[in-house]
Amino acid sequence: MRYLDEYRDPEAAQAIAARIRRLVTRPWTVMEVCGGQTHTIMKSGLEDLLPPEITLVHGPGCPVCVTPLAQIDKAVAIASRPETILCSFGDMLRVPGSAGSLFDAKAEGADVRVVYSPLDALKLARANPSREIVFFAVGFETTAPPNAMAVWQAARDGARNFSILVAHVLVPPAIRAILGSPSCRVQGFLAPGHVCTVAGYEDYESIAVEFRVPIVVTGFEPLDILDGVRMAVAQLETGRAEVENQYSRVVRREGNAAARQRVDEVFEVSPRSWRGIGDIPNSGLRLRSAYREFDAEARFPYAAPEAEEPSECIAGLVLQGLKKPHECPAFGTLCTPEHPLGAPMVSSEGACAAFYRYARRQPAAAEHGEAVGR
Amino acid sequence: MPGVSRRQPNTGKPLADSKEFTWTCPLPALTSDRILLAHGGGGKLMEQLLESVFYPAFSNPALNNRHDGAVMEVNGSRLAFTTDSYVVRPLEFPGGSIGDLAVYGTVNDLAMCGARPLFLSAGFILEEGLPVETLRRVVESMRAAAALAGVPLVTGDTKVVDKGKGDGIFINSAGVGIVETDLAIAPRSVQPGDAVIVSGDLGAHGVAVLSVREGLEFDAPVLSDAAPLWAPVKALLDAGIAVHCLRDLTRGGLASALNEIASARGVAVRIDESRVPVAEPVRGACEMLGLDPLYVACEGRFAAFVPDSEADAAVETLRRFDVCRLAERAGFVAENPAGTVLLRSRIGGNRVLDMLSGEQLPRIC
Repeated sequence: MRYLDEYRDPEAAQAIAARIRRLVTRPWTVMEVCGGQTHTIMKSGLEDLLPPEITLVHGPGCPVCVTPLAQIDKAVAIASRPETILCSFGDMLRVPGSAGSLFDAKAEGADVRVVYSPLDALKLARANPSREIVFFAVGFETTAPPNAMAVWQAARDGARNFSILVAHVLVPPAIRAILGSPSCRVQGFLAPGHVCTVAGYEDYESIAVEFRVPIVVTGFEPLDILDGVRMAVAQLETGRAEVENQYSRVVRREGNAAARQRVDEVFEVSPRSWRGIGDIPNSGLRLRSAYREFDAEARFPYAAPEAEEPSECIAGLVLQGLKKPHECPAFGTLCTPEHPLGAPMVSSEGACAAFYRYARRQPAAAEHGEAVGR
Repeated sequence: MPGVSRRQPNTGKPLADSKEFTWTCPLPALTSDRILLAHGGGGKLMEQLLESVFYPAFSNPALNNRHDGAVMEVNGSRLAFTTDSYVVRPLEFPGGSIGDLAVYGTVNDLAMCGARPLFLSAGFILEEGLPVETLRRVVESMRAAAALAGVPLVTGDTKVVDKGKGDGIFINSAGVGIVETDLAIAPRSVQPGDAVIVSGDLGAHGVAVLSVREGLEFDAPVLSDAAPLWAPVKALLDAGIAVHCLRDLTRGGLASALNEIASARGVAVRIDESRVPVAEPVRGACEMLGLDPLYVACEGRFAAFVPDSEADAAVETLRRFDVCRLAERAGFVAENPAGTVLLRSRIGGNRVLDMLSGEQLPRIC
C-alpha cells in the first residue's frame, strides 16, 4: 500500500535502529505523547529494536483516558433521555461512568450510535427532526476542526435539534504540566503528529526553550517513530533542545490555517478538568457565546454526582510517564479490558490497553526466535 | 501503592498551585449484569458467557470438546452435528447474502470436524413488513449455495415476529455430516512443532459487510469470501496429510481462532505477520476504519494445524482450489508460553496477539 508500506519496511527499520545504537552513549527517557504512537510501538514490537539505553514512556495523548468522569456521566444521562440520540466515536462507548458506560445505557434501551464524523451526526439530525441529536465531542486539537465545522453548519442551516457535549483538550498545556512536575523524568518528547497537522508546532517552541527539552513532531508509522526517537536522541546527545519536525510530509509549522480559523471561530480556550489530575489552566476548548445554543450542557442541565475511585489504579502515574502499565499491581489481574479500573485500560489508545493486548505474557527476549521458516 | 497519594479528581486546586502532582484514576470497576453486544462478538466476553452460563448447564462429553461441531459415534459411524444463527446486517452485501452465510457457515463447521456435510435445516425468523422479494432473493442464494456445497436442505421452520422485533431476516441453520477420516481433528491433537497454515487472504467478508454499512467505495468492490470449504479439506485428507486441527476464521478472525486453540491445547502459537495474506483493498479499508485484519471475520477461510514435515504438501494441495489459492504457512506451534499467540511484526518486533476484548471498534484518532 503506497504511503504506508514505505514506513513499515523491515530493512529501513533496522537501519534507523542501527543509527540510534551508534548515537547513544547513556540512558535517555523519551515520552511519546499520543496514544496512537503508543499503539504503534506496542503493535509493531518496536522496543525490541531499540538499544537498552532508550526508555520510552507513554504520555497522556489518549482523549478517552483524560475525559472527566463527570462528562461521561453527563453523556449517559443525556443518552438515557427518550428524545435523544447520542452519537460518539466508538471508544468512548466502553468507558464506564460512575453508573455504567454508554454501552450499558444502550443495552438498557438508550439510543446510542457510533459515528465516524460529527457531520454524520448532523446528517442524522436533519433526518430525524423530531429527535434531539447530541454528539459527544471528545479529543485533542485533531478532532476540533470537524466538530467546529458541524456546529458551524448547524448554525448556518438553523438546525435546532443538534448539539455537542464538549470535552476538548489541548496538548501543549499537558506537556507543560508534565514538565512542571518535580517528579518528571522525561528528557525528550515525541510530539503528536496529527495534533500538529492541525495546530502547527509554534506553541511547542517556547516549551523547548523554557524547559530545555527536545521536542520532535513525529508521525505514527513504525519508521516515523524510530526516526523521531533518533532525532530526539541526537539532540539529547549533543545538548540541543529544539523543536524538530520528523513528520514533515504532513505537518507545517503553522498547521492548517483554514482548520485553525474555523476552530477559533466556534471555540474558545477555557480551563479544563483532566481525568485524574483536576484542572489545568487554558487546556481545553468550549463553545463561544455565539454558538452556546449548540452546547448540550446548556440544553440538558445535569449535575453529576461525585464518584468513588478505585484505590488500586495508578493511571495518573502512567499518563505522566512515571510508571509503566505493568508496574501497576492491578494490571492484568484486577484491571483488564473487560473490568477496567482506569480509562487507559479501556481505550485502544490507552497505554494500559496497549500493554495488555500486545505485551502481556511476553517471554524474555532470549526466547524470541524466528517465528516461521523452520 | 506506596508513595502514591490520592485525591478526588476535578476538585483540587489548579495544577499550577499544586505542590504534589498526583494523577489518579476515578473509575469504578465495570460490572455487567446485562447482555452486551460484545457478548456475541466471539471474543473474551463471549468466552466468559460460555463458561459461566452454557457449559455448566449443558456439560457432556461431545459438547466439552468445544469444537465447531460435535462429533458422536452412532452405529459405528461418526456423525458431526452443528448449528449456527445468522443475524447479519445488511442482509445483502457485495459477494453474498445472509442466505449464503447460513449455508456456508454451517457446512464449514462440519468440514472443520473432517465431516462431509449430508443434510441441512433452516429456521427463518421474519420481521413483519419484510418485502417478499427480499426473502426470495435470500432463499435463491441459499439454494445456489446449498447446490454448490452439494448438500440438500431437508427440513425447516418459519416464524414471523412483530415489526421492530427483528431485523428483516434472522436464520438459524443446523447441519449433519459424516466424519470421513480416522484422525481426531480437534484442538487436543495439536502438537508443538506443528505448522499453522492459513488457507487464504483474510478479512474480505468483514470488509464487504462494513463497506455497505459505512458507505465505503473501492475502485473494485471488495467481495465477501463466503465459500464452502469441504472440498479443500477433503483434498487434504485424501492426500494423506495428518491434519491435527482445523478451525474456520469467522467471528473474531484469525486472532480469536488461534487463541482458542492455543488456550484449549495449552500451547503457544507463533505467527509471522508478513506471511499472513491480506488483500490490498482490505488492508486499506482496515487502515481507514482502525481495524486489524487479523480480527476481521471471514466466511470462507480456515487455519489448519499439520505436522511440520507435511506442511509444504498441505499448502500445495490447498492452492489447487481457487478459494485457497493464497494459502500460506504462517506460523508454528511451540510449547511456551502456553495458551498464548505471539506475532512477529512486519518490522521484526514481537508481541502478543491477544483475543478480541469487546467489540472491535474504530479508534478515535
